[in-house]
Amino acid sequence: MAILVFVESAEGKIKKTSIEAVAYAHALGGPVTAIALGAVEKAELEALGKYGAQKVLHVADERLSQGIIQAYATVLEKALQDEGADILVLANSSLGTPVAARVATKLGASLASNVVELPKTDGGFVVKRSIYTGKAFAWVELKNQKKVIALRKNAADIKEVGSPVQVTPYSVTLGDADFATKITSSEKATGEVLLPEANIVVSGGRGMKGPEHWGILEELAKTLHAATGCSKPVSDMGWRPHHEHVGQTGVKVAPQLYIAVGISGAIQHLAGVNSSKYIVVINKDPEAPFFKAADYGIVGDAFEIIPKLTEAIKAAK
Amino acid sequence: MKILVCITHVPDTTSKINFTDNNTKFDTTGVQFIIGPYDDYALARAIELKDAIAGTTVTVLNVGPADTEPTLRKGLAIGADDAIRVNAEPTDSFFVASQIAAIAKETPYDLILMGRESIDYNSGVVHGIVAELLGIPSISPVMKLDLEGTKAKLAREIEGGKEYLEVSLPFVAGCQEPIAEWKIPNMRGIMSARTKPLKVVEPKAADSGVKLQKFELPPPKGSVKMIPADNVPELVNLLKNEAKVL
Ligand SMILES: Cc1cc2nc3c(=O)[nH]c(=O)nc-3n(C[C@H](O)[C@H](O)[C@H](O)COP(=O)(O)OP(=O)(O)OC[C@H]3O[C@@H](n4cnc5c(N)ncnc54)[C@H](O)[C@@H]3O)c2cc1C
Repeated sequence: MAILVFVESAEGKIKKTSIEAVAYAHALGGPVTAIALGAVEKAELEALGKYGAQKVLHVADERLSQGIIQAYATVLEKALQDEGADILVLANSSLGTPVAARVATKLGASLASNVVELPKTDGGFVVKRSIYTGKAFAWVELKNQKKVIALRKNAADIKEVGSPVQVTPYSVTLGDADFATKITSSEKATGEVLLPEANIVVSGGRGMKGPEHWGILEELAKTLHAATGCSKPVSDMGWRPHHEHVGQTGVKVAPQLYIAVGISGAIQHLAGVNSSKYIVVINKDPEAPFFKAADYGIVGDAFEIIPKLTEAIKAAK
Repeated sequence: MKILVCITHVPDTTSKINFTDNNTKFDTTGVQFIIGPYDDYALARAIELKDAIAGTTVTVLNVGPADTEPTLRKGLAIGADDAIRVNAEPTDSFFVASQIAAIAKETPYDLILMGRESIDYNSGVVHGIVAELLGIPSISPVMKLDLEGTKAKLAREIEGGKEYLEVSLPFVAGCQEPIAEWKIPNMRGIMSARTKPLKVVEPKAADSGVKLQKFELPPPKGSVKMIPADNVPELVNLLKNEAKVL
């Protein structure tokens, strides 16, 4: 049961969600080949061996430094065939999931996205996927020999199980159709912790009263090495950028710790955060529905509590 | 120009999710169904394009049994010209995508829009499968889409940022906000929706290789531990020593 893992990178570094995909593939048990596309640092590629990759393929084609869905699907289909792999594992991300769809279709593979656990393999290959935006799960059997699994973030534990490996150059002939989509430019949030990958998220809602008050949340986030998020009205009003909007119609997060400040806890917001391991709610209204979904709560004014919390964390460090 | 908008028929975002029949069926008791919120964005953008480009028609499509027709009629009330319902239970992404691709093979569309994912199964793969079956580009999640003749300029969300792209028609886009403002049907739209054509077609066979075994609900949340507002350091203590997340 050979397994291929597609690893995504940004600015030359392998993404954490992709290292999780390697760890998941290792736990599945097959020999694991990882494949990376475009400009990636050599040491990063070699280090994939530590997390369970026996082999690392690198397609150093500069054109693939940008995530072009069709071109990536073509490369992965070929690599699966060349490696004799039956299973493709990748991250359930804005790139991984659309790529998974196309590769699975090319291969006639059984496809599952949003997978949250290792499969049950006694009697079939049955994966657990998150549905209804985290409000439920479905167990689905992947019946075909070939399988494509898009893994939700934080669904696999990263462990060091091996040592660095040599990187094998790999190439695939690509045609015009693979590059039918042209990426003309991009805007990336750099130098900060990215929301979808963060271990800790500090989120603010309408209770923060205005964008000028976000400084205290950013200070808290910085102290915790956390990403910042927000509720939908906050991004709708332009207080914060759209990509920070968490919830049913925004980013779904699954951090170790989610701190919600001045957010009421509407069901659509909860849908995006209920996979968090621990939830802290700070709200001045003791009746705020968010307290029902929280592990820890403080009833109080955010403008008093947050600076105190930041101080207390600094003191405890 | 012909635009196809694929819409899902999903439980309202505030629905409580429950299952029946030994956790194998979704419990529809008391559940209100709506057009999927992401699909609503796709439809709103399609209507804007129709208003801007003369001669444009918008078709809404749903794969679902007869009880999804009110959702299609709502799409017509918002401004679509006609509707197609593929008469089948939408069992999985590949099955649904195959039905959409079959329709689009019979009648070529210049643009196929849908939500980035449905809010019931959250697969996020239907647009990619449809495009692969048709051999055309797919782009998702799309937050901006402008047309200049047969060329399109788009913005796509990536983790922590945006990408700007160009592509020629035809292609498939999985949409999300803020691509357009949701449209609310007005009285005239609701009246005219009753008489607009709604075609029912039978499904094509398509085996996806996936089989649902059962649903499961997450374990109930334990009760919240409240910390007095004048003892913030206690929260830090609990996060550090009890939850062990700091
Ligand atoms: C189809 C649909 C999809 C949606 N998708 C999403 C989504 O993805 N994400 C999302 O977030 N929402 C979503 N919503 C909106 C959602 O229903 C709520 O309106 C939204 O989450 C409310 O945001 P909020 O909690 O910031 O604001 P409010 O509901 O206004 O709550 C503000 C909270 O701040 C508290 N507060 C005020 N002042 C202070 C203070 N000084 N200190 C501490 N607390 C204070 C108040 O007690 C209150 O609880 C969606 C809605 C619909 C209809």
